[in-house]
Amino acid sequence: MTDLLTPVLSANWADERSWKLTNYERRGGYSALRTALSMTPTEVMTTVKDSNLRGRGGAGFPTGMKWSFVPQDNPNPKYLVVNGDESEPGTCKDMPLMLASPHTLVEGVIISSYAINAHHAFIYIRGEVLHVIRRVQQAVREAYSAGYIGTNILGTGYDLEVIVHAGAGAYICGEETALLDSLEGRRGQPRLRPPFPAVAGLYASPTVINNVESIASVPSIIANGKEWFSSMGTEKSKGFTLYSLSGHVARPGQFEAPMGITMRQLLELSGGIREGHQLKFFTPGGSSTPILTPDHLDVPLDYEGMAGAGTMLGTKALQCFDETTSVVRTTLRWVEFYKHESCGKCTPCREGNWWLVQLLSKLEAGKGEEGDIEKLLDLCDNIGGKSFCALADGAVACVTSAVKHFRSEFEQGYHTPAWELFPYSRSALFTSETAGAHA
Amino acid sequence: MSVETTTDLVTLTIDGVQVSVPKGTLIIRAAERIGVAIPRFCDHPLLDPQGACRQCMVEIPDAGNGRGFPKPQASCTVEVAQGMKVNTQLSSAVAEKAQRGILELLLINHPLDCPICDKGGECPLQNQAMSTGRGESRYEGVKRTFPKPVAISAQILLDRERCVLCARCTRFSEQISGDPFIALVERGALQQVGFYEDHPYDSYFSGNVTQICPVGALTSAAYRFQARPFDLVSTTTACEHCASGCELRTDHRHYQVKRRLAGNAPEVNEEWNCDKGRFGFRYSRGDDRVTTPLVRRGDLLEPASWHEAIDAAVTGLKAAGSSVGVLTGGRLTLETAYAYSRFARAVLGTNHIDFRSRPHSAEEADFLAASVAGKPLDPSVTYEAIERARQVLLVSFEPEDESPIVFLRLRKAVRKRKLQVATLAPFLSRGSGKLGARLVPTLPGHEVQVLDDLVSADGGFTVDADTLILVGERAAGSQGCLTAVTKLAAATGAKFAWVPRRAGDVGAVDAGCLPNLLPGGRPVSDAAARVDVASAWGVDHLPAEPGLDGDAILDAAASGTLQALVVAGVELGDLRDPRGARSALESASFVVSLEQRVSDVTARADVVLPVALLEEQAGTFLNWEHRPRPVGLVNRQNKAPMTDIRVLAALADAMGTDLGFRTPTQAMVSFTELGAWDGSPVALPGVAASHDAPKPGGPFTLATWRVLLDDARGLDNEPDLARTAPVAVIKVSPATAAALGVGDGAMVAVSGPAGSIERPLAVVDGMLDNVVWVPGNSGAKVQEALGALAGDQVSLDVRNGGVA
Amino acid sequence: MSGHEFQSHFEHSGGVDMSDTSTLISDTTFDELRQLAARYPQPRSALLPMLHLVQSVDGRVSPAGIQACADVLGITTAQVSGVATFYTMYKRRPAGRHHVGVCTTALCAVMGGDILMDRVEQRLGIHENETTADGLISLERLECNAACDFAPVMMVNWEFMDNMTPEKADDLIDKLLADDEVQSTRGARITSWREAERVLAGFPDGRADEGPSAGDASLLGLRIANEQGWKAPAKPAPAAGEGEAK
Repeated sequence: MTDLLTPVLSANWADERSWKLTNYERRGGYSALRTALSMTPTEVMTTVKDSNLRGRGGAGFPTGMKWSFVPQDNPNPKYLVVNGDESEPGTCKDMPLMLASPHTLVEGVIISSYAINAHHAFIYIRGEVLHVIRRVQQAVREAYSAGYIGTNILGTGYDLEVIVHAGAGAYICGEETALLDSLEGRRGQPRLRPPFPAVAGLYASPTVINNVESIASVPSIIANGKEWFSSMGTEKSKGFTLYSLSGHVARPGQFEAPMGITMRQLLELSGGIREGHQLKFFTPGGSSTPILTPDHLDVPLDYEGMAGAGTMLGTKALQCFDETTSVVRTTLRWVEFYKHESCGKCTPCREGNWWLVQLLSKLEAGKGEEGDIEKLLDLCDNIGGKSFCALADGAVACVTSAVKHFRSEFEQGYHTPAWELFPYSRSALFTSETAGAHA
Repeated sequence: MSVETTTDLVTLTIDGVQVSVPKGTLIIRAAERIGVAIPRFCDHPLLDPQGACRQCMVEIPDAGNGRGFPKPQASCTVEVAQGMKVNTQLSSAVAEKAQRGILELLLINHPLDCPICDKGGECPLQNQAMSTGRGESRYEGVKRTFPKPVAISAQILLDRERCVLCARCTRFSEQISGDPFIALVERGALQQVGFYEDHPYDSYFSGNVTQICPVGALTSAAYRFQARPFDLVSTTTACEHCASGCELRTDHRHYQVKRRLAGNAPEVNEEWNCDKGRFGFRYSRGDDRVTTPLVRRGDLLEPASWHEAIDAAVTGLKAAGSSVGVLTGGRLTLETAYAYSRFARAVLGTNHIDFRSRPHSAEEADFLAASVAGKPLDPSVTYEAIERARQVLLVSFEPEDESPIVFLRLRKAVRKRKLQVATLAPFLSRGSGKLGARLVPTLPGHEVQVLDDLVSADGGFTVDADTLILVGERAAGSQGCLTAVTKLAAATGAKFAWVPRRAGDVGAVDAGCLPNLLPGGRPVSDAAARVDVASAWGVDHLPAEPGLDGDAILDAAASGTLQALVVAGVELGDLRDPRGARSALESASFVVSLEQRVSDVTARADVVLPVALLEEQAGTFLNWEHRPRPVGLVNRQNKAPMTDIRVLAALADAMGTDLGFRTPTQAMVSFTELGAWDGSPVALPGVAASHDAPKPGGPFTLATWRVLLDDARGLDNEPDLARTAPVAVIKVSPATAAALGVGDGAMVAVSGPAGSIERPLAVVDGMLDNVVWVPGNSGAKVQEALGALAGDQVSLDVRNGGVA
Repeated sequence: MSGHEFQSHFEHSGGVDMSDTSTLISDTTFDELRQLAARYPQPRSALLPMLHLVQSVDGRVSPAGIQACADVLGITTAQVSGVATFYTMYKRRPAGRHHVGVCTTALCAVMGGDILMDRVEQRLGIHENETTADGLISLERLECNAACDFAPVMMVNWEFMDNMTPEKADDLIDKLLADDEVQSTRGARITSWREAERVLAGFPDGRADEGPSAGDASLLGLRIANEQGWKAPAKPAPAAGEGEAK
């Protein structure tokens, strides 16, 4: 039986100047790289495949399998692209990882590039996190100086260039094909699939795109072995992962645990919901994953458990809201996010979110009318599953799941503003009054 | 168009109906095969799939592997698979609801503009809304609004409120024409088609976006508020502006053409045309139309009756006997050219006829006789051949300027089939750049030496049997060039095609509007050929001596050797020596002009006979491929003047000889009966390159050609289009500019014996040094203003201290 | 009460502000733009960093900057404009010396982000997407900035300002206006928005070593694990005959 928490990625985060190469090496950093370079690329790939590591960016696709889709007989160069565009509301795990231990990622990048025979890797980080970018830029420079990146790495003859690339503000670039367009200097709009990136990705060449946490997990798998990794977690969801608790909990934060920990366990670790309040609803993996209620506290937070509860594990971003929170307001704010971040390419997402925001605003203001909920749900049906990419599906998921669990609150929107039903100041950690008095 | 027969077929079921289509076909297109129209906005068969509008959603219960797609799919992006099952809106409630849902979403922000929208009545969105939209909107929100319209160029207007963001226009501009001066800008609900304010959407092909726009978002200044589609009468016809041979749909109302659209001719222009062809149809709307016959009385041309005019013309021509020269221009259909050819030979009794109203040579006449005249459509030199070629070599030919649909097909082949293009030119033009062409730097007049070098493999561009050589009419200006092309082709097995600029030129060659050629490619010098034609025409004999060419005709008229001229469709400014031509006409004893509009020729004629516009007659153009392009009778207004053919027939009658036909149809019957020459082939020209020292005139070699949009008379009265034309500049290499001590934008003047042309300077990287390029007819006609032609030596100096 | 005004008429959209053609782009800038383009296998990949660099020089995406990017990359100005108007970090009008963002996506909004936004607006006397008259501070409503365990969150020049309160916001604004030193809670000492943009373009400023390794929330699980003695399983012993990889 493994422990409740299993810090691996986060193990060195409290170290003094944990982001520096020397400190990372002191903890055994880059020894996994030496191990990997003593193996063949195929052996590295097989190890990761057999570890059953699944993508930590939300979709949960097996990482090693993704690598194996790269056609090695394709004459074009192969590319590794790290998706550090962490922007899904609630998701906040990759940023602390890159801030505290950028070398974990960089080591993972080198090993993963080696496994797929890539000689160019890109770390695409959303632009709005200056210090994270500084740390990763520096880590890459340090790794170049140490001979971990560049030509003839550690005398093995393997060459790799790594470029740290800052985005410029667009949630959609977390979608892997939009990220590729963005990385090619274009508008970050999703591409048609097929062709899939593994076959024709960056510069129409075979490309693997992995989440930061997925790539950062690779060194530990190489260092400790696939059995070690798959000894943690549940039957089909292996290994450790970062769970991010936020919102109305006593102590929000990051918890690195084996796959399958429950919300109840996490809440206990974080001191429960803030004093005097109770959990009302939460997202299991960001705003795009249908919300859950206290009924789901004991469902394992793994891919299968969440699918069984009608939602998705997503990014394991557990945003918690207590009983003071208006579901209608929260839903509206999420949909406003999707409206703002819709790339505009396809009709249902571009126009649908525009309409949803107006409809939900009406309900928030208590100006809804009989039939609005049916219209809302029908609209969601016309958007969901019809859009070019999954962005709109996420928008619809938060609406339909909110209506499913809290329909009466939406019905109250036919006559009473949400701010009267749930005075907004009660959900905040402070009030405007106290602040005003101070000023 | 030949269809590939080797394609693998895939069988699938759509709405319960089995259909077999080539592998790779998109579902939406497969459905068309069985008559199922899936509604769509962004889909366009000639553009890369986009999948943006989502209107074409279908249900796929089986993708061919036994598993279905859990969600409806955009049928414009999914390729068929063996055993696939597809249910469209006709058989699937899911697909039907998905489509209704998308339509509703497309309409929530759509303005209620239909009553004032140019697209109303032919709008796919309107049609779809009428057929499957809700009667009443359930949208309670506010509509998105933008200032409108926005002129993205002088000709193209954008209404962002109407736009459905299908990206057809931006894909067209990027993928088809290579002019991405419009792009999607902003994001999300604010996404819109945009341009950069400092750089309007000036593309030779911009009008196409108004045609493929599935809503009224993109319209043209020319057609704005002009008509309702349901009030227009459409005629399928061919474009008169170049030898590409575009099919057009010309729409008129109240006997006035309101607009011209690209016709759908997959083997020629696919579904595109250029802006010259689309918008250049108002040239007859000015006050310069010749509406009645004119006869010279003293110094004055005075209106006359047709009887008077015909009498006057016949009197003059009879007096001249066979001492008459006939000059025809590029506006003539095959039938009309044939009528002039027959009129010259059978009625006037002369071979002095030439259609080449531009610099020409005897070498060229021989080349045309040997390699162009009477040739049927040859599958090895067609648009399709361009598309399939491995290499194309351009000689004295700038496709984007001189045959824009050839350019589009080259670009398609470059983009889709990795065609390699090389061009003999002094610099890489913008058009050649868009073809990714390799520049074979060539000093105008030195084409022969360069061509000779392309035979041997030197690691550069090597002409081989998989190469198609496209040679332009300007090759006539470079001695030996056409000879060298034929030799190069013979030596390597390469195919070649001659691509003239004007729509009527290939027809004129076939009709025998050349001093050395009778119709059907028959050499004048061949007695059997003459007998052939004489018997077909029912005349005793035809003149046996080859005639004078265009330049010689004018010289002879000036010197009095020729007694009379018959001129039709010639702009004197286009000739080698415009001033000389003008004075030749002035000193000629007798000039008959058959013309549509007042010109330099009519002003100097003794008799002017008005003739019909192209839109007022039927006929045929032969495009550069030798493909017949039917010209439809668009405007049947009964006050239209007679056609050239009818006038020539009347003249012939009055002269006592039967022309043999009075209508284009009869002319075509006569021409077809004659058939092509099957006697001994004509020898290829054998002219060597000139080794004469260039005429002194200055240290720079002149390069010039006409850009597509310039001062052509065919573009008159269309100011919006004119404002999209490229700015006239003088181009030189960086070193040449440096030697002058000036840079981009400096005012410079190029000078020849006749004068100068002043323009701002544009420095072109990679251009040959000591060459100066000036557009042929943008603000000034080069040969007229400078008295110099391409390859001549000119001088170049800085004006105004270089200040533009 | 919703934080967002629903806007439906867009008078000015579709491009950068062409009424202001001023620029500080120099030969050095061109050199650096070309340097960025040369870092990538295909130059156009550098467009996002290049636009960041343009902002670091001109304080916005200037018309001259658009033209410079188009010239260096050999693409059209419309294509550059399409990219520049797609991403929210690119500003059409001169940004202030400091760029202040308040997260008002659902979770931060509920936890107090809306209150903070009102507060800062009042304090500065400007609305979102405006800059103070003295050019010191621009204010923007942010979407989720990936710091939810530190909600409510503000950002200054894209540095984290975690666990904000109205009092902290007041203090922050006061210090920025007074040009006093401000320390990001999980980052460096605050520089300026333009200097930040230069780092984002790929020209480091030497501040990577400032600030902590992690915030308290980031370390919560680790601390509990350490207290409890919880850890990941040890590496399994190698099977017989299998040597330790070198």
